[in-house]
Amino acid sequence: MLANEAAASAGWFLEHAYLIAVIPIVGFALIIFFGKKLPMQGSEIGLASMVSALVLAVGTTYQWIQLTGEGHEVEPVITSWTWWQSGGVEFGIGQHIDGLAVMMLILVAFISTLVQIFSLEYVRGDRRYTHFFASITLFSGGMLLMVLAENMVQLILGWEIMGLCSFLLIGHWWEERANSEAALKAFLTVRVGDIGLLVGTAILFGASGTFSIAGLNEWATSGEPSHTVLLWASVALFIACIGKSGQFPLHTWLPDAMAGPTPVSSLLHSSTMVVGGVFLVARLYPVFHTGLDINVAGQTVNLIAVIGGITVLIAAGLAFVQNDIKKVLAYSTVSQLGYMMMGLGVGAWVPAVFHIFTHAFFKCCLFLCAGSVAHTGSHHSFDMKKDMGGLRTKMPITFVTWLVSTAALCGIPFFSGFFSKDEIIDGAKHNGYTAFFVIGLVGAFMTTAYMTRATYLTFFGTARGAAAGHDAHAAHDAHDAHGEVDHEPVHHPKGFIFATESPALLVVPLIILATLALFSGYLNAAPFHIEKFHHWVESSIGVELPEAAAFEWINALPSIGLVALGFVLSLAMCKAVFGDAPSPLKGLTQRNKALGAGHAFLVNKYYLDALYEKVIVHGVAHPVAKVAYWTNQHVLDGIVNAAGIGGRRTGEWVYRNIDQRIVDGAVNGSGAVARGTGGALRPLQSGKVNQYGALLFSAAAVAALVLVLVNS
Amino acid sequence: MDVISDQNWLLSVGTFLPLAGVLVMLLIPKKEELLHKQVALGTALATLAVGIYTLIQFDYGQAQKLQFYADTEWITVIKSGYTVGLDGISLPLYMLSMVITVLVMIYSWDHIPAPGNPKAFLILMLVLQTGMAGTFIAQDLILFFVFFEVVLLPMYFMIGVWGGEERQYASLKFFLYTMFGSALMLVSFLALFYKTGAASFSIPFLIEKGISIDQDVAIWIFAGMFIGFAVKVPMFPFHTWLPDAHTQAPTAGSVILAAILLKLGTYGFVRIAIPILPQAAVKWAPAIGILAVVGIIYGALGCLAQTDMKRLIAFSSVAHMGFVMLGISTLTATGINAALFGMVAHGLITGMLFFVAGSIKERYHTLEISRLSGMLHQMPKLGWILGFCAMASLGLPGLAGFWGEFPAILSAYSPAPELSEGLFRTLMVIAALGTVLAAGYLLWLYQRTAFGEVSPEFASHGSPAHSLGAAANPDHAADEHHDDIHDVSVLEWIAWAPLLIAIVVLGLYPQLMFKVMDPAVTELVKVFNK
Repeated sequence: MLANEAAASAGWFLEHAYLIAVIPIVGFALIIFFGKKLPMQGSEIGLASMVSALVLAVGTTYQWIQLTGEGHEVEPVITSWTWWQSGGVEFGIGQHIDGLAVMMLILVAFISTLVQIFSLEYVRGDRRYTHFFASITLFSGGMLLMVLAENMVQLILGWEIMGLCSFLLIGHWWEERANSEAALKAFLTVRVGDIGLLVGTAILFGASGTFSIAGLNEWATSGEPSHTVLLWASVALFIACIGKSGQFPLHTWLPDAMAGPTPVSSLLHSSTMVVGGVFLVARLYPVFHTGLDINVAGQTVNLIAVIGGITVLIAAGLAFVQNDIKKVLAYSTVSQLGYMMMGLGVGAWVPAVFHIFTHAFFKCCLFLCAGSVAHTGSHHSFDMKKDMGGLRTKMPITFVTWLVSTAALCGIPFFSGFFSKDEIIDGAKHNGYTAFFVIGLVGAFMTTAYMTRATYLTFFGTARGAAAGHDAHAAHDAHDAHGEVDHEPVHHPKGFIFATESPALLVVPLIILATLALFSGYLNAAPFHIEKFHHWVESSIGVELPEAAAFEWINALPSIGLVALGFVLSLAMCKAVFGDAPSPLKGLTQRNKALGAGHAFLVNKYYLDALYEKVIVHGVAHPVAKVAYWTNQHVLDGIVNAAGIGGRRTGEWVYRNIDQRIVDGAVNGSGAVARGTGGALRPLQSGKVNQYGALLFSAAAVAALVLVLVNS
Repeated sequence: MDVISDQNWLLSVGTFLPLAGVLVMLLIPKKEELLHKQVALGTALATLAVGIYTLIQFDYGQAQKLQFYADTEWITVIKSGYTVGLDGISLPLYMLSMVITVLVMIYSWDHIPAPGNPKAFLILMLVLQTGMAGTFIAQDLILFFVFFEVVLLPMYFMIGVWGGEERQYASLKFFLYTMFGSALMLVSFLALFYKTGAASFSIPFLIEKGISIDQDVAIWIFAGMFIGFAVKVPMFPFHTWLPDAHTQAPTAGSVILAAILLKLGTYGFVRIAIPILPQAAVKWAPAIGILAVVGIIYGALGCLAQTDMKRLIAFSSVAHMGFVMLGISTLTATGINAALFGMVAHGLITGMLFFVAGSIKERYHTLEISRLSGMLHQMPKLGWILGFCAMASLGLPGLAGFWGEFPAILSAYSPAPELSEGLFRTLMVIAALGTVLAAGYLLWLYQRTAFGEVSPEFASHGSPAHSLGAAANPDHAADEHHDDIHDVSVLEWIAWAPLLIAIVVLGLYPQLMFKVMDPAVTELVKVFNK
């Protein structure tokens, strides 16, 4: 009731925030049923629904900021309707609107809108244009439904809708085996994690009797539940987050997910899907915080921080050996998600959530830049080594937006990433998690280094392959080659000689995103004592966290220094290895065995994929399933068949020897004596041992039954 | 036992109306095929109308009570009465049987399998309908047994006459195996009768008296019923008749088999075995739970090993019914509600999958997974329907399948007070693992059959442009009416649309069914929460 009273005064947008999720889902249904008949093949519905969602989200955000005002304790705006009931338990569906939810709502709605605008041009002429817009609209709808979930069941609903859409979108060009396999891999890997989601939800519900997120958070900190229950629940739920947010060791699906169209990658990697896992940890933070003893005095490691930390490093390592620009960005996402997890693991909740916010802008922008390059500059190829290079002069806008976003990603001071990532690193140090402080620094160094490499390969040096206008036809095989059917000749002059800047529909979203990549950090800029973001979302934390350390430039120096070092070293390496001048570093991995082995180890993604696919999947799908099926056919069915055959033989025997000879014989009596003599002799010869055995067995079975009955 | 006896003729009409249609059809010569189809469909529709009237008249406020209750003398010499009634547990299944029969009739309009003879085929189907509906309304053990057996014979002939190449083996196996189970079941029924004073076979009566039976004895009586019902479900390890029967049965038979017949077993547990012998149910529950979860994993592994689409779907039933049985074995309201929901959801989804498999077989004349490819190109609508059903079957939230699985998993965390929490929580985790395997075999099936390019073998049946490289031809809808490989026909749409809509509606608003079942189930499990 209390929540309802709060809602009554909260304002229209806050009370009706659920519409933000409902509109795209309805939009999806409309596109499916009517999309093909519309002039823009359904994309207008998708875009309209996203814009409406965005308008509502802006209103919601405005009212939330008003509501938070100066006070610190703000009640969430909760509305719930009965969805179904079973055994006296009511399951609701509704909304839980607080700072975290509002932040995610506006983020998702905003990024989705931009991505759809970008897609209007980017996927134009695609075979399944309508399907694409239907799926991507539902994708956003699923994420929105999840972030405003009032309870765990609703959260699972949104979570799985996203899983479905990622399957559809990654496998969008399902004619090619590789794409459908990537789609399958994404769905199944996430599904493995989902075991944890189902089990964790069951544990929480079984122990607390509620699905409600507000209820669970309150319950977790009330001291009522046993620590064991919370530990199991948080471990189980975290497994789900590992799957969804591409954390080690279930990160392998994310880079493969590049098989989908680029707008999908940019949406999936920035604000939807992969952020889902981080969001879940942030959403149920009291459960994780209590269950895993985060910030308990003397604790230096915990599951979330460890997984996050490992992910930061291993993903950054993999980003060095990718030739596909989207894969560099994919591993970069994995690594950045690791930062967010690590932040949550060390008790730096606000910086971690703020990193979701800033990361969404610059990562979305980077992916769209990659798309822009491929769309216009490299003829649908994403291979940096083969088909790019020297594009900075030809695609200046794309280049500048890329540069700004890269700077934000690397955490260069005064760009948005600096304000969020550095706070995570700082938080790790301040809260006593020294190991993760070091990991954070190393990660920052690696991030700068691999991004410098990618930037160099794409925009500097000499133009190669498709970027230089050569070999344009060879690039047809590249996986984004499908969209080209109806491309207007203005953008793609015949012969395709020069890369030029992309059309406005592609460039405008880039500019908007790059602007935000530059400025969004100032919502929570510790060096300037701006804590607006902190103030808006802090009521969502649900637990007491250690006070963040006051910002000192001196503390930021190590990371700034390492970023600079990463840049310088990487640039030097790139010039030596990829530049025109001869250098001893060229081909080093071929010459030096140890380096070669390391390179191969990275190229093969630490052999995790091999483990999953060759050992586990093939093990289950082939030997294990085959053995189970063999058992079925030969052992279980063998018994059935043997019983059947035995029964038939018994029947035959009984028929020939008892029925025909004795019973029927008696009936027919002496009248048939003449007819019977010849035939009746034959059965006498067939009295074999197994028939007696069968009879004996049947008799025993009947006797056993009689025994049971008599005893009862 | 509180009962409501208003309009007590309603259930009998709904159950026996199909037999009236059978009588009419017997008088019509065999060669009047169209007339037979019209009469059969008309009868099925009339029956459904009675069913809908029942649905309207049903008092949802008192769903825990038997309604439309009728109790008259039947076979007085063995004290068996004609006792029928309907409560929240049986109503959804009763309705499902009527809906499925109508849809199968519509589908069979131009899909009478070889060797033809619609007269016999449709008569059998109507008899089957009477048997199925009767099983769900029977409130007397002998009556239940009779209806339970009535179902067997038409299905035996359906498989044996209209089935695939190994129909003889499959039909005989189906018949004998089920008979074996029901023989033991009958023995248990008799034992129940005698142990409760040889007074009545009435289920409400036995529910009152059964609890006083000595536990040692009750366990044995339960065992007999367990085997009878477990064969029908089918539970591991009594499931081996199912893949053969399903694979060999004609499409109509497979659909009915999956949608309704398997539910007779689980329904038997919920209606008869558990309420009458709760003391034995508590002892048996761990075994049932373990076998259920073995079935989930084992069925999924069986699916992964299949090369034939229909057989794969058949095996998936073993896994899905495992979830249903897991829910039942927890002996909680949540679990049994989940089981009942799962029964209906499985009926809709797997029934639909068998429809799709039948239509694929009709077009390609094979269901070998390795020979099918790129169905989405040749038949985009059918391909997407298959994808939709696969997603529903793997338990995607928002579609009906999820509400059978997820609450079953939930309920296993906190089973009835007398059951071991440790065991059931372990089962919960293994069952959750089964959801991954389900996603695995269904999506793998989908990837191999629907995605990719059209296999060269069938490419000539469609537009040649498609086999060459789809990038060159974005307009894949051009060849929808070509040759024998065509997209979903109007008749198929009519037969399928209700199922597809029901899967979405129940998925979005599960309360539609939960509110019907919940009071009755809550009443049922009271005995375990004392």
